Amino acid sequence: MSYKALSRNQIAWRAAQDLEDGMVVNLGLGMPVLCANYRPEGREVLLQSENGVLGVGPVATPEQEDRDLTDAGSQLITLIPGASIFSSSDSFAMIRGGHIDVTLLGGFEVAANGDLANWDADMPGKGPLIGGAMDLAVGAKEVRIMMQHNTRDGSPRLLEKCNYKLTAPACVTRVYTDLAVVDVTADGFVVREILDGLSREELQAKTGAKLSFAPDCVVLKTPAV
Amino acid sequence: MIDKRVASIDEALAGLGDGMTIMFGGFGGAGVPINLMRALPGTPANNLTIISNSVRFLEDYAHALFVEKRVKHAVASAARSRGAASGISELQLADGTMTLDIAPQGSFAERIRAGGAGIPAFYTPTGVGTPVVEGKEHREFNGRMCVLETALTADFTLMRADKADRYGNLYFRGTQGNFGRDMAAAAKCTVVEVREIVDGLLPQPEIHVPGVFVKRIIQLPDARDA
Repeated sequence: MSYKALSRNQIAWRAAQDLEDGMVVNLGLGMPVLCANYRPEGREVLLQSENGVLGVGPVATPEQEDRDLTDAGSQLITLIPGASIFSSSDSFAMIRGGHIDVTLLGGFEVAANGDLANWDADMPGKGPLIGGAMDLAVGAKEVRIMMQHNTRDGSPRLLEKCNYKLTAPACVTRVYTDLAVVDVTADGFVVREILDGLSREELQAKTGAKLSFAPDCVVLKTPAV
Repeated sequence: MIDKRVASIDEALAGLGDGMTIMFGGFGGAGVPINLMRALPGTPANNLTIISNSVRFLEDYAHALFVEKRVKHAVASAARSRGAASGISELQLADGTMTLDIAPQGSFAERIRAGGAGIPAFYTPTGVGTPVVEGKEHREFNGRMCVLETALTADFTLMRADKADRYGNLYFRGTQGNFGRDMAAAAKCTVVEVREIVDGLLPQPEIHVPGVFVKRIIQLPDARDA
């Protein structure tokens, strides 16, 4: 059997399907911001950005571009009707105060107990960058991670214990990878969805911690986005 | 008569000297006081402590400060340059000529807010279980471990807004406000560059920062156009 790993856009599409009507969501830099493009129609999902915006709209077209209206990743954005703008401390009151339903973040490593490492990969000669990740990981009601299942050299990123410095302990509830959708539970990693053509044994071999498979584990399907 | 308008950058930065602490507003390119940053290397300021969400912007606009090793300490949530090569501040971090207090962005913002609000310290759960809060006082509240974070204050805050009036009242466009809204209150001398100083006074609904937090305003063009 053979399988085709999901593209970044397909991972984003899959993660976006779990955003429910009425949710307030913060999307991290990189792959997570792509989710904004795949919000299911008919659901009102309010996007928050750490620089002080609630109600982030689509990325600005060249005609709409305004250099004084950006998100936390320096993208020039638009606002949806009903959007608000506020200070950095208010933005983190929103985040730390438990007013964000879901944050989708990128990750370097996730451990079977939900530990997250996503800010310092020990790059020689490069300074540290935390940004809002630690506050989001601690403050959002749910922390969902989007990442490649393995590093470029094939090492696992889902592990018994993180090697890199932690962003926050025991915070992750779900991981979307290019191979599977995996929940973090009291019993460790539980696979909810797995790519067609990828065997359970192959997925386990690509993972650095024991996997269980949900009784209703299904095929991970996405459109060709 | 209250009149916080100044006519020159020299006047705007008067008093900025050795050993001082400076906060910088701006995030994502909005609200960055580029004109004032560019003027800093020409002041006598040395042995500086900088408080800025990202070190990169100051490195871009006041490069000579780092070349001449005039920044001795930085407080930031991001101290990484773009690309794979080390930036000049990263080289300073590596050779020990600059030290860094790396802070989660929410703790960074709240430390500034607290500084401006007369709160010396506060507890937060952010950072617990990570190396960035090692050595800080921990205490449990309602079953959750928290860490004591101390307030940040400064001698100067430099920031940009869209409009101001002679009272120092500020109006922001879009997301210009960000950290500046908190930093304005946290410094002894807050200097704001603005696109326009209005005739008369701003109408109340347009006042995002009360002038009481602002010491000097200067009208300067958008340096991103230069």
